[in-house]
Amino acid sequence: MIYSEKVMDHFTNPRNVGEIADADGVGEVGNAKCGDIMKMYIKVDGDVISDVKFKTFGCGAAIATSSMATELIKGKTIDEALKLTNRAVVEALEGLPPAKLHCSVLAEQAMKSAISDYYKKQGIDPTPIVGDIGDCEECHGCN
Amino acid sequence: MDKKFIYCDNAATTKVSKSVLEAALPYFTEEYGNASSIYMLGQNAAKALLKARETVAEALSAKQHEIFFTSGGSESDNWAIKGMALNGAKSGKKHIITSVFEHHAVLHTCEFLEKQGYEVTYLPVDENGLINPDDVKNAIRKDTCLVTIMFANNEIGTIQPIKEIGAICRENKVPFHTDAVQAIGNVEINVKEMNIDMLSLSGHKIHAFKGIGALYIRGGLSLPNLIHGGAQEKSKRAGTENLPAIVGLAQAVTDATRNIKEKQEIISKRRDRLIDGILKIQETRLNGDREKRLCGNVNISIRGVEGESLLLMLDMFGILASSGSACTSGSLDPSHVLLAIGLPHETAHGSLRLSISEETTDEDIDYILETIPKVVDRLRSMSPLWERICKNEGITGTI
Ligand SMILES: Cc1ncc(COP(=O)(O)O)c(C=O)c1O
Repeated sequence: MIYSEKVMDHFTNPRNVGEIADADGVGEVGNAKCGDIMKMYIKVDGDVISDVKFKTFGCGAAIATSSMATELIKGKTIDEALKLTNRAVVEALEGLPPAKLHCSVLAEQAMKSAISDYYKKQGIDPTPIVGDIGDCEECHGCN
Repeated sequence: MDKKFIYCDNAATTKVSKSVLEAALPYFTEEYGNASSIYMLGQNAAKALLKARETVAEALSAKQHEIFFTSGGSESDNWAIKGMALNGAKSGKKHIITSVFEHHAVLHTCEFLEKQGYEVTYLPVDENGLINPDDVKNAIRKDTCLVTIMFANNEIGTIQPIKEIGAICRENKVPFHTDAVQAIGNVEINVKEMNIDMLSLSGHKIHAFKGIGALYIRGGLSLPNLIHGGAQEKSKRAGTENLPAIVGLAQAVTDATRNIKEKQEIISKRRDRLIDGILKIQETRLNGDREKRLCGNVNISIRGVEGESLLLMLDMFGILASSGSACTSGSLDPSHVLLAIGLPHETAHGSLRLSISEETTDEDIDYILETIPKVVDRLRSMSPLWERICKNEGITGTI
């Protein structure tokens, strides 16, 4: 299995690692049994994601996709962020080995889950806006 | 400073040694004859082949006619198991005993045979990674055609009570095969004293080439062919002999089995320093029995970190290791060996195997022990799993 240079770059120097103490939304997806957990924190200003941080337990691809996803949504509006697909994360990373595609799905879910949390905190039902996140649905390994 | 390069994955494969390479070289361009040919060049090859066979036999306390060269550990395992299964079927014996934590060359062969109508008993291993000989005894039935138990485990390095298991099989007249791919050169092996009927070994784990190995088959035991064709290997294994590799294998076996005791002493001291050093990191555990283990094997689980990212980061520091994490196994499940000794999935994902050799120096060990805590600290500080463990269990800090 070979990772692209972009993946290795984001693994070696992950962007936006950490926590946001007064985050407006926090999302966590994945589970320890499968071997990856992603936690994403967002700060929202108006409708713009002004800051984003992540923490990830997982393989190289899991760390790289989280890092790339945070980079892609930072400074974007929530609407723009919600249009971000796992495909876009994979493309930005110049590809992922097939066995690692689920990591990019997880990154998309982590981001959506943080936005859902933001809406919930505002007293708004996130489902019509964010849709069904389908946590871990891609994973067939754990049962 | 030069970039470090510390190879700690000798259980995966080894560097070809100088003595092996030198022994093999003439057989590529000078003594390249076919051992079946009648002219001198061929006869020289036949002589070299016999000498190699005698060398390997001697190291196992076997006879030269009991050694058959193969393409490696996987072929030897396949041959022993499928051959005995075929034999057994002739007399209605279609039951095989093995263990849950064998190498896939054994496990997948057994699973294949199950699909062909054989019944396989997979013996459990205890939390230290050891098989209880009594379990073998209790599992033997009238229709058991083979017991196959590995000599030493490739992931956690545990050495099995092979002599006892062999005695039980002998008593019950059941053929006994052992995969000794990881054991050879690390443990003294005497096939006669240990009641071993068949034994697999592989060159590339002991500084010989990849794609060469051998199967010991006790004289008098009849084993049908796996590979049919020409009359090589007393018509038991067809294919023109890979003489350079065979000569190299014999050299490697000689080197590996010379002074085993001294080697064990030196390497296990370094191994113990590694184990004790890594275990100073909080929330770590050694996998596999501390005493009954290969002298070069370290296998440790580090909670809150994932194995593949650990390996990638160690690689950046020039340390080459391996893990039982799912991400490195190509499947979604972590190592079957770590699950077999009772580790929960999340702990199995965070395992690290370092397999050192006689080339690993004390300075290398110092460097590894300096580096691992740094890497663990970095990964744990960004791990939501570690954060949760700390919160739930009142742990502070990362290392
Ligand atoms: C215990 C064990 N058995 C069998 C094999 C397979 O040997 P080979 O790679 O020579 O086919 C290996 C190594 O991969 C091993 O560690």
